[in-house]
Amino acid sequence: MHQAPASTGSPVGRPGAALRRIFARGAGPAERRTEWMLRTLAAGVLVVIAGMAITVFSKAWPSFAHNGLAWFGGGGDVDTQLREMINGPKDPAHYVYQFKAWPLIWATILTSGLAVVLGMVVSIFAAVFIVEFAPAQVRRAIDPVIRLLAGVPSVVYGLVGILAIAPWVEHNLISTGRKRSVEYVVQLTGANLSVAILILTVMIVPIMVAIVVSALETVPASWTEGSAALGVNRWRTTWRVSLRTARPAIVAAAVLATARALGESIMLSMVSGSRGFSPNPLDGVTFFFEPVRPLAATIIDYIDSITVVPVEQTLYAMAAVLLVSCALLSLAGWAAKQPVKRYGIRA
Amino acid sequence: MPPPVRRIVLEREPTVVSGNAANGSGHGATATLGRNRPESPAQEVVERMRIESVWLAYGERWVVRDVSLPVRKGEVLALIGASGSGKTTLLRSLNRLTEITTGAVRAGQVTLDGQEIAEIEVNSLRRRVAMVFQQPNPFPMSIFENVAYALREEHPIGGRRKRLSRNELEPRVIDALARAGLYEEVAGNLDHPALRLSGGQQQRLCIARALAVKPEVLLLDEPCSALDPISTATIEELIVGLKESVAVVIVTHNLQQAMRVADHVAFMHLGELVEYGSSTQVFDHPRQARTREYVSGAFG
Amino acid sequence: MASAQQALAASATPARPPTAAVRPGRGRDSVKAWPVVDRIAFGLCWAVGIGLCLVTAAIVLFMAVKGVAYLKPSLLIEHPSPSQDQAGSGGFLDPIEGTLLLTAVGIAIAAPVGVGLAIWMSEYQRPAWLARAVESGVEMISGAPSVLLAMFGLVLFARPALAFLSQTSAGGSVYGKSFLTAGAMMSLIALPLVVASTREALLQVPAHVREASYALGKTKATTIRKVLLPSVRPSIASGVTLGIGRIVGDTAIVVILLGATIRTEGAGGAPVLSVLRGTGGTLTSYVRYNSPAGEGNAHEKAYAAAFVLLLMVLGLNLLVMRFSSGEATGKLGRMRMGKPGRMRVVGILPWTR
Repeated sequence: MHQAPASTGSPVGRPGAALRRIFARGAGPAERRTEWMLRTLAAGVLVVIAGMAITVFSKAWPSFAHNGLAWFGGGGDVDTQLREMINGPKDPAHYVYQFKAWPLIWATILTSGLAVVLGMVVSIFAAVFIVEFAPAQVRRAIDPVIRLLAGVPSVVYGLVGILAIAPWVEHNLISTGRKRSVEYVVQLTGANLSVAILILTVMIVPIMVAIVVSALETVPASWTEGSAALGVNRWRTTWRVSLRTARPAIVAAAVLATARALGESIMLSMVSGSRGFSPNPLDGVTFFFEPVRPLAATIIDYIDSITVVPVEQTLYAMAAVLLVSCALLSLAGWAAKQPVKRYGIRA
Repeated sequence: MPPPVRRIVLEREPTVVSGNAANGSGHGATATLGRNRPESPAQEVVERMRIESVWLAYGERWVVRDVSLPVRKGEVLALIGASGSGKTTLLRSLNRLTEITTGAVRAGQVTLDGQEIAEIEVNSLRRRVAMVFQQPNPFPMSIFENVAYALREEHPIGGRRKRLSRNELEPRVIDALARAGLYEEVAGNLDHPALRLSGGQQQRLCIARALAVKPEVLLLDEPCSALDPISTATIEELIVGLKESVAVVIVTHNLQQAMRVADHVAFMHLGELVEYGSSTQVFDHPRQARTREYVSGAFG
Repeated sequence: MASAQQALAASATPARPPTAAVRPGRGRDSVKAWPVVDRIAFGLCWAVGIGLCLVTAAIVLFMAVKGVAYLKPSLLIEHPSPSQDQAGSGGFLDPIEGTLLLTAVGIAIAAPVGVGLAIWMSEYQRPAWLARAVESGVEMISGAPSVLLAMFGLVLFARPALAFLSQTSAGGSVYGKSFLTAGAMMSLIALPLVVASTREALLQVPAHVREASYALGKTKATTIRKVLLPSVRPSIASGVTLGIGRIVGDTAIVVILLGATIRTEGAGGAPVLSVLRGTGGTLTSYVRYNSPAGEGNAHEKAYAAAFVLLLMVLGLNLLVMRFSSGEATGKLGRMRMGKPGRMRVVGILPWTR
């Protein structure tokens, strides 16, 4: 609602517009000062953000420069490489920079990707339940439930995960035989990929459910009623009309959830295992019980060593990768909405 | 000049007295319009639905009181009346669409081909009694997908849906579009978004969509009220053409439209059925004072 | 036909409503008639919906059980013990103070900046490219992980120019970790919530409210200050509360920018400033420290602190719900819901002059 004269037919419409034009043209000094102040504020915030992004990249640059594209590659153990950086010479000419981040990147892709996929399925069914099938009392109860789930701090999720869920998983789901089969490579504990994905899914489901529910509720009633009048049952109506209309919102929800999952550091650092290990899908079921450590969790785990310059630059390099991923995600989300607009679905 | 309307002469009706009415009920425009309707050969008329002593309520208020009407294939039944007379509610109860609102209650009997509609599975019922709404509501899909929508959802009760290929659906879609009078206009463009059609075309698309499942009864809720006169004329012509294969019930605010299109007219006021008869009888020789007042425009 | 004529004949006497009504079932189509695939989907929807409620209940109950078991009132008022091992004596008063202080600093920056931004974005928006850039910028911050923001902060506040915000170590390098610096970054995570909430409310104020104000001769600044802001107060309140909730729950910025020590360590001698420029911890970093992921080795204290944290978040959620319902019944809410009748302009605008 800005200064464009509105055609609302209000009783003071025309005189009001005339007065506004007088004011806009010859706005008093106080008026202009306010606008100037607020505009500077806005520009200032923008400058701060841009400045921070630039500084992160400049700090990250040496790590990328010394490793080239091999930074994203595999080979070697991430923890060993970081330890060598910490223990290496303090002389700038001889800093140890070698770093191959693939296990961390792979861990990030696995945890975030699988959590989002699982969360998407769960959220869609939950949203359809809330909008279509839930009886009135259940519907009223579910709103605070979703809000509560979204508000629980990640450290509480991490605590419950590491003190309750991980021991249960280790005790009941990982047999001694399985542990022995891989113990020459890695120790299987309760802190592993499966627990990480599970808790991450619980963390991102509320976001997606809220978005999808609000999108389903704004589907025009004429469409759902028309579909019902054609003799199509409630589930099929939802599937073929409502969810199709809500597709842009579902995409937006997926993008937001992925961004949230990528940036989750504390909970993952507590439950996903303390090794930068690269799980092998060919291991079968054991794959899910192997420890991982995504990028954000690695940053948190090594933050105390940030006084060592090469470590600092490596950590900033990881932060830069996170930054670029989030930016690319937003772009992908925007691009994914375009094709559906053709059929009249407003995105 | 509204298009000529083909009419069916039913046996039990009083014959129309043509020329200026000698009984003093010449009510200006409503009496002279429609005089030029050509006669058509008598056809068989089959009763499809029977509405008997139906009472409908939303919550505590009775919206429809003790209405009894027959719905026949081969004729168009028009429900006319002022706003709030319960005609739309009555229409929606015929395919149990009133049940979507909580607190809706129905008493009385409504039968389709002799079977009480409350006992027919609701989705099969709605495929036999199809509805077209006031505002055209095509889905955000292509024209083909809109018409094929209900066809893809057909299934025996409790049974499985068949996956139908485009080739299997296409003849049925084309047939429905042709019956709705839309096929020539969209012939090459079946994959275009349906929302890009004009208002009249969208409404005809909705009619085609309803006709695709070959319903026995077609319910129309003020289908032309959102359309321009040319589209209205096209759809009225369409309705008259359809009545030989489907029983048509149309709710309309527009008395002239009822005159043009209907064979039988039911006038409702405040939920009650005030008068029911052939359209010439109700418009030219209304038996009730209330009907006379409404038809002459004293209120509305 | 016969019954119709009977009805006509009887229309002189009004018919009486039926006593036994036919209620058409539950009014919904019965799932039994659906194809199998649809019935499975229906079952899945129910399973997921109820499952979600059960998961939430499980989390809340688990934390409640553990919290009640381990939370003693003494914990809330005792300082943590200075040793690394927290399992013995000591409470978590310092972390609680830390949470409150950090939240206060964060929201003290986020609230005015957020409201100012929202006003600029909804009322001024000139030049257009700046408006779009700011909108993208706020959206980017809202999507940025808090780890990333913490790393930003570390870079920013290690500059010598900003040394006054934290301490300088012996070697001359700026430490960069303090309540002020962490609070500044915390304000960034609360900012998008305040901006979004305020902006949405401002957009919903009907145009004629502004027009009426201008027509009575008020400048834009006065209109904003005296008319618009008071009317969107509930939204500002709920946005601020949401922001507080996010700040309270965040750990990454605390660990990276606050030092995450167990006790509050002041810097220098000045009474208030030393605390602000010093390091400390919050409930979140305390929980992490005492969990198996940290060195504290005091699971009971971790559970107790986590329980207190959860109660805080619950309380904030309830507050937000109260604000949103207040929004719907307040003056502006009634206007938005379109109550009919003529509106008396003077009675609505709340200024006194």
